Amino acid sequence: MTEQTEKMTGARALIECLYREGVDTIFGYPGGQVLPIYDALYDSKIRHVLVRHEQSAAHAADGYARATGKVGVCLATSGPGATNLVTGIATAYMDSIPIVALTGQVPLSMIGNDAFQEANITGITLPITKHNYLLQDANDIPRIMKEAFHIASTGRPGPVLIDIPKDLTTELIDFYYPEKVKLRSYNPTYEGNIQQIKKAAEEISKSYKPVIYAGGGVISSNASEYLRALAEKVQVPVTTTLTAMGAFPVDHPLFIGMLGMHGTKYANYAIQESDLVIAVGARFDDRVTGKIKSFAANAKIIHIDVDPAEISKNVRVDIPIVGNAKKVLEDLLKYVEKAPTEEWLKRIAHWKKSYPLHYIDGSGSIKPQYIIEQIHDACKDAIIVTEVGQHQMWAAQYFKFSEPRTFISSGGLGTMGFGFPASLGVKMGKPDRVVFDISGDGSFQMSSQELATAVQENIPVIIAIFNNGYLGMVRQWQELFFDKRYSYTCIRDSVDFVKLAEAYGALGLRVKQPSEVRPAIEQAIASGRPTLIDFWIECEENVSPMVPAGAAINEILDLERKK
Amino acid sequence: MKHTLAVLVENRYGVLSRVAGLFARRGYNIDSLAVGVTEDPTISRMTIVVRGDDLVLEQVTKQLNKLIDVIRVTDLGSEDTVERELALIKVNADVNNRSEIMQIADIFRAKIIDVASKSMVIEVTGDENKIKAIEQLLKPFGIKEMVRTGKIALRRGSKSV
Repeated sequence: MTEQTEKMTGARALIECLYREGVDTIFGYPGGQVLPIYDALYDSKIRHVLVRHEQSAAHAADGYARATGKVGVCLATSGPGATNLVTGIATAYMDSIPIVALTGQVPLSMIGNDAFQEANITGITLPITKHNYLLQDANDIPRIMKEAFHIASTGRPGPVLIDIPKDLTTELIDFYYPEKVKLRSYNPTYEGNIQQIKKAAEEISKSYKPVIYAGGGVISSNASEYLRALAEKVQVPVTTTLTAMGAFPVDHPLFIGMLGMHGTKYANYAIQESDLVIAVGARFDDRVTGKIKSFAANAKIIHIDVDPAEISKNVRVDIPIVGNAKKVLEDLLKYVEKAPTEEWLKRIAHWKKSYPLHYIDGSGSIKPQYIIEQIHDACKDAIIVTEVGQHQMWAAQYFKFSEPRTFISSGGLGTMGFGFPASLGVKMGKPDRVVFDISGDGSFQMSSQELATAVQENIPVIIAIFNNGYLGMVRQWQELFFDKRYSYTCIRDSVDFVKLAEAYGALGLRVKQPSEVRPAIEQAIASGRPTLIDFWIECEENVSPMVPAGAAINEILDLERKK
Repeated sequence: MKHTLAVLVENRYGVLSRVAGLFARRGYNIDSLAVGVTEDPTISRMTIVVRGDDLVLEQVTKQLNKLIDVIRVTDLGSEDTVERELALIKVNADVNNRSEIMQIADIFRAKIIDVASKSMVIEVTGDENKIKAIEQLLKPFGIKEMVRTGKIALRRGSKSV
């Protein structure tokens, strides 16, 4: 039976497809080649958030997707509008975040002629999209939109871009939205092979020193509940990657913190001494493994991942299981038994006690770790979004996350300027939650123009700038590995952030004393307005502990700075 | 080590650049690539010769499979396949050596498909070694131009990829 078709323009068809996909919010910036699409948006029910730079539209869509689990959507015009999306798309690609990016394109007949504002955006985004399309026929709009949302959100999620020549948006088509996607070449595996699962269960149940190493796949497949059940049933400690913070409650006795370069000592020691690593939705990134040859050298490795290409990409895997993390963990739970891990847990408890995350307080300066603790104390269920750098690591180390999708950060690409626009997307998706953008004075200046968006669209996020006058993470490396030659990393006094916030109509607060930290946080939460807090933190505080690049992850150094 | 991959893809614009782009950005070396439509007009078949150890081959195969437009990737083991390549070779030839060149062509079961007063074009099919061999023999006469299709391959017997 065919649904009744309706005549409409390509532009209206695009909007209709968004409705059908359940999209309520999109982020974008208009321009010449998307005029017909913006005209169709004008009287649609979809909320369009006007950003001040297209890169922010992609980051906001990404933040929206990470916070809600739905597909984020961004829209930009051709040429520079489209190329400005690139960093945002690459960020989403590296962290496997489902977004659909719509770009305007010059009319079909002009493609390839170097027309005004023409860029080959499908070519440019080939290596940073899961898939992309250049529309050639307006009648394909419904099918391709359906496919794009399907591809973005299934299997290993990722960004999909659709490039839309202007003439197709004014053409009349018979609109019919397909119920199903027919793609013979795309069938992601969800169910893990049961023999492999049984084999894994057997290994797990008899292991003495197992560790679960959970990655972003646990979040994207909504597998947290099963991860916890597995850990508790087997009695196995859990470490997570940066992007998986929140997948396991930080205050759970089996939690051993983040692993890798700025992970906890005890997570890294545990991995290195383990006899079995159970990797779930993680990809053995170099920031996690350190020197790859010595990573968990004596352990067997079970690797659960929805993407077969991740298996044995970086490390040899003993038991691969291709499938959706949630489904595989659910099956695995049926077969595992409690493992003989009493001694192991005692050993880990000893490490935890001997080598806790710590910083040296006092002397009147504001310690960044203290701010994170105070934010947590003031609002335990805040959603923490970050930029990239030292503040990002402190947020991951010191905030006690208790649920998934509450830590939102650019892990793989490490994109400065991600956090603030992403936080706008997060707040749009989760309007009832308090949303903090933990920022540095460097990162914030990469997207500060979005203060206009936050104020004009009334999106009350709180920006906490950890202002140390440096591009802090780079400065830390220069201190440690380049003999304190601070080459172009000092940005002190670049701007008065409070005045900047006020200039845009946001609330600006400055905090110079530890005693002012908590009141400022409370004031920001209570204000209900976009608020920027400029925390003047200890300038040369380092992120500690730290594994130097290329070292084994148990060669982990304390770098706390004494005053 | 060389591997021959049969890659079935959607016969759609842009697919070749997706495949080629993948090889380039992941640092895999393509020795040759031949592409054309199959018995099903919606499907094209690429024959790709790639160099690398088993780990590289595994990654290439998996990464190719991740491309939405790739339908199937098969590694054709060398024993049970027939492999052919076609080359056109334009070689200097005049009255004095024309018959000698024709003799060489004959031995290789190659065809003369164009003759001019100072040159000949020879069409030869075969596996890589055969093409290399005739190329060597023709070199002394002076090869003016040579073009090769890249290897194509099919499994022997009734089994298909």
